[in-house]
Formats: sequence, structure tokens, C-alpha cells
Amino acid sequence: MDIADIRELYQDVILDHNKSPRNFGKPHTHTHTSCGHNPLCGDTFELFCTVDGDVITDIRFEGSGCAISKASASMMTSELKGKTIDEARHLFATFTNAVTSPLDSPVDESLGNLVVLAGVREYPVRVKCATLAWHTMQSALNQSQTASTES
Amino acid sequence: MMYNDTLQTARSFSAEEIRKDFPILSRPVGKNPLVYLDNAATTHKPTHVINSIRSFYESTNSNVHRGVHTLSQLATEQYESARNIVRNFLHASSQQEIVFTRGTTEGLNLLAQSFTNTVVGNGDEILLSGMEHHSNIVPWQMLAQRTGAIMKVIPVLDDGSLDMQTFYAMLTPKTKVISVVHISNSLGTVNPVNEIVKAGHNAGAVVIVDGAQSVAHTKIDVQEIGCDFFVFSGHKLYAPTGIGVLYGKRELLEKLPPYQGGGDMILTVSFEKTEYNELPYKFEAGTPNIEGAIGLAAAIEYLQQFDMESIARHEESLLRYATSLLEQNGVRIIGIAPGKSSIISFVLDGIHPHDVGSLLDRDGIAIRAGHHCTQPVMKRFSVPATNRASFAMYNTMPEVDALVDSLGSIKSLFA
Repeated sequence: MDIADIRELYQDVILDHNKSPRNFGKPHTHTHTSCGHNPLCGDTFELFCTVDGDVITDIRFEGSGCAISKASASMMTSELKGKTIDEARHLFATFTNAVTSPLDSPVDESLGNLVVLAGVREYPVRVKCATLAWHTMQSALNQSQTASTES
Repeated sequence: MMYNDTLQTARSFSAEEIRKDFPILSRPVGKNPLVYLDNAATTHKPTHVINSIRSFYESTNSNVHRGVHTLSQLATEQYESARNIVRNFLHASSQQEIVFTRGTTEGLNLLAQSFTNTVVGNGDEILLSGMEHHSNIVPWQMLAQRTGAIMKVIPVLDDGSLDMQTFYAMLTPKTKVISVVHISNSLGTVNPVNEIVKAGHNAGAVVIVDGAQSVAHTKIDVQEIGCDFFVFSGHKLYAPTGIGVLYGKRELLEKLPPYQGGGDMILTVSFEKTEYNELPYKFEAGTPNIEGAIGLAAAIEYLQQFDMESIARHEESLLRYATSLLEQNGVRIIGIAPGKSSIISFVLDGIHPHDVGSLLDRDGIAIRAGHHCTQPVMKRFSVPATNRASFAMYNTMPEVDALVDSLGSIKSLFA
């Protein structure tokens, strides 16, 4: 196996978030929640946010999925804690754009750590894994009950 | 013979030798040679099949059962000769019992549609197994919704075999249809179809066997199985996609109403009344997939060079070798029924099948990762998805080694 090649997507940071997901587990209280489901692979995540004014003061998730979807959820929650709703929506747009852009287009540096997930571009069938948590977050903030990669 | 090239009779079987007949097997995937272990999804095509289609378009192309001109007559001869090759392959008694379809899915939809209020009515029972492909579930659900019939499911035991004791207990005078898969595409289980047919007939039911996964791996004799209907797809038998076969007992096919209306399925049409064509044309509305039928016949001819027993023995040795290596490496196999076919569903604890599938692909290894269109089976075994390696006659032991080595690297990556 050509490890260097594979680590274009499965980098240490993704494997680490998969193994030890941050902000994992249902909180005692929350103000917004949504459930995200990818019927193609059975990935299911529940997302819980506490919003104070327009600031996301807490964001946690639970559920199961592949390494890409779980790492993406974990990294997303780490990034969004303390951000405003507008900032979260902006990051959603930047992130989904980054993972669906053509292979040779530059990745927006403002994504910080999330840049590693842009490697999913190379695997079109896996893009939905990377974006599942993000769609779930978007629908939680919109107060809708469920998110699906198939909607 | 459909296409005249170098086919032999009683050719001795060697996986290494026959690989040369499949051009795609010599292509690389990335920097690696292709290791194709997704044969339960579809198989590759030998040159003989590819050439048969090319030859049809270069020398014969025309519509069938229509014109009086030379090409149309030649095309009709080839199409009907393909039907006879299929008849012989399935050991059916008459060509009228061989209906060309788009595939297994269309065969099952045809039956479910034509059974509406003829074979199955309000309150009748349809019996399926718990290991059916979605294509052998959804058409019956739709039939149940149309008619008010009831669908019942034969449970699957922990090893992946069918709970036959419960099956017998489920048979009632209301059981009108039993539709079961011959070989499970997600578990590899070989179901005792002869026994199911016998019990089904004693109960007065019509029995359908879904042969999608069996035709390429075991000898099929529909008269010996005794089933009323048998369906399969060409593309899992080294033939093109878009062609399949419905075998049905003549007296039953004759009683059933047509599935689709159109050209070719009629004798006379007026705006007042249509008289349907005889079998099997009654069920073949419209211009058929002529190249598909010819390609399917070529695939059967290719396969019939070999003794089916020797193919089965080779695939069984691949299955045994892979099973023992995977078990030694701590891989959990789902579906361990005695006498199973060369399909291995497995999970690596803590690693999602989609990660496994993507990482194997980087080593040129093609497997299926997902629910295999058998979501009830996934639920039964409490997994969201599995990895599935499925073998064909052209696979080799070194390919099994490549799979096991790559899985070892994936495990260390996730350790």
C-alpha cells in the first residue's frame, strides 16, 4: 500500500478525530437540534446546539458513520463553538464549496484545519460523507427536524 | 454458434489462462494492477462476448420479427438462436418458456404485475425470504398494496441460512406465491430451492427462484429444481448489462396477462380489440435488446467450453482460502452457512466499510461497500453496511493475498 498516496485523504488529523471525536455525546440542554442521515451508507448523526443571542455557545454531536463523516463532524464542532450564526453559515458555504470544487482549484485558506477534508474532492462518492454534519448543522440552525444528504 | 472465433469444446479450466480472454483484467487502477472482487455486482466480459456484439453491428444489424429483407432475417435467426442457447443452458423444455427481459429486476416486476388479481388477490399471502435483494421485495410490496395481499418473511438464522422449520410452519392454503433468492448476494447462502419448491407446490403456491447470483456459479436445471419461474441477469454471467431472462412454465405463462403493450407482443390490433401474440412474444413488447441477447448467448457459449464443476471447484477453493486468511486476520465474516457460495461479506471492527472500500481502491482492489440492496439483511445482522468480496472464475489466489495484505495495512492505519 502506498501510504503517502492514501494520506492525501486519510491524514493523521482525520484519523485522530475519527478515533477521538471532540464534542461527542448528547448535552444536558440545547436550544437547536437536528438529525442527519445518509441513506446510502447508513451514516447517522444527531447534532445539538446551544445558541445564546446569535452566538453558538455549545455544539455537540453523537451517532455513527465512516471516518470521513465522523472527523468532519468533530472538526466542525470544534470550529463552530463560539462563532455567530452568520459566521457558521458563512463557514458552511466556504466548506461545501471547498469539497465540491474541481480538483485543481485552490482551497480557501480561511478554512484552517478543515483544509484536510478538501482531499475528499478526489473521491466524488465520499463528498456526502464530508458534508453530512454540515447539512445537519444548517438544518438545526434553521430549526428543521431532519437533514438528509438525499434532499 | 453466435460468433465464430476460437471457442473450444471441453476446454480444460485454468483461471490464469482464461484471464487472457478478459481484456479489462490487464488494465491498471492507478499504479496497481486491477484486482476485481466485485463480481456479485457485475462480471467482466470476455473477448468472445465483445466480438459477438461488434460482429452483429458490423454484419447483421436489423430489427427482428419484422422485415422480409436479408438482414432482418439474419437478425431474427441470431436472436432466436440466442433464445435456444438460453433454453439449453437452463435445461428448459421449450423456447416458448424463455422470455428476454432487461434483467432480474424486470423479470420480477413482470411477474408481480401479471400476478395482480390473477395469481394473487385480496388476503392472499406472498412468502419471501429475509435475505432478498430489494428487487425481490419492492415489486411484491407494490403488488400487496394493489391487491390487499399480505407479505410474509421467512427468517434468517444467525449463520445466514434460512430458517426452514419456520418456513414450513408459515405455509398455509393462502400462500399463493413464494419468491426466494437461490444464492444470497450479501451472505453467499445457497438456499435449498428444490426443497422450497416441493413444499410450496404441496401448499398450492407458485414458486419463483431469483437466480441472479447462481447462474454463473452452479449448473442450472429448471426442470430438476422444479420451480415455476426462474429469473436472472446477463451481466452477472459475463454478458452485457440490460439483458436478462425470465423462464416460466409454459402453461403458467400462457395464463398470465401481458406485462407491457406494444409492438411484437400482438397478433392483430384494432382500436376495439387486440389479440396477443403467442409465447414468448406476448411478454416482449417493443424492439428487444437484440445485441444483448446475442451477447448473452455468446457468454453462455464461452462458459460452456468448460465443465461447470471445475469452475465451481475453483471458486470454492478461492472462498476457502480467503475465508481462512480473513479469519486469521481478525475480520468478522457475516454469513457462514454450510455450503455457501463464493461471496464474503465482512466487517473490520471500528472501521466503516466505506473507508475500507476507498482505501482498498487505492491499491487497485475493487470490492463492494454498502448495504448491497439488502437493507433487511443489514438490520438482521445489526450492521449499517458490510464490505463484500465476491469471486468469479477468473480470480486467483494472489488476488486474495493482495486483498488480505491491503486490509492489514488499513487496520494499522486505523490502529
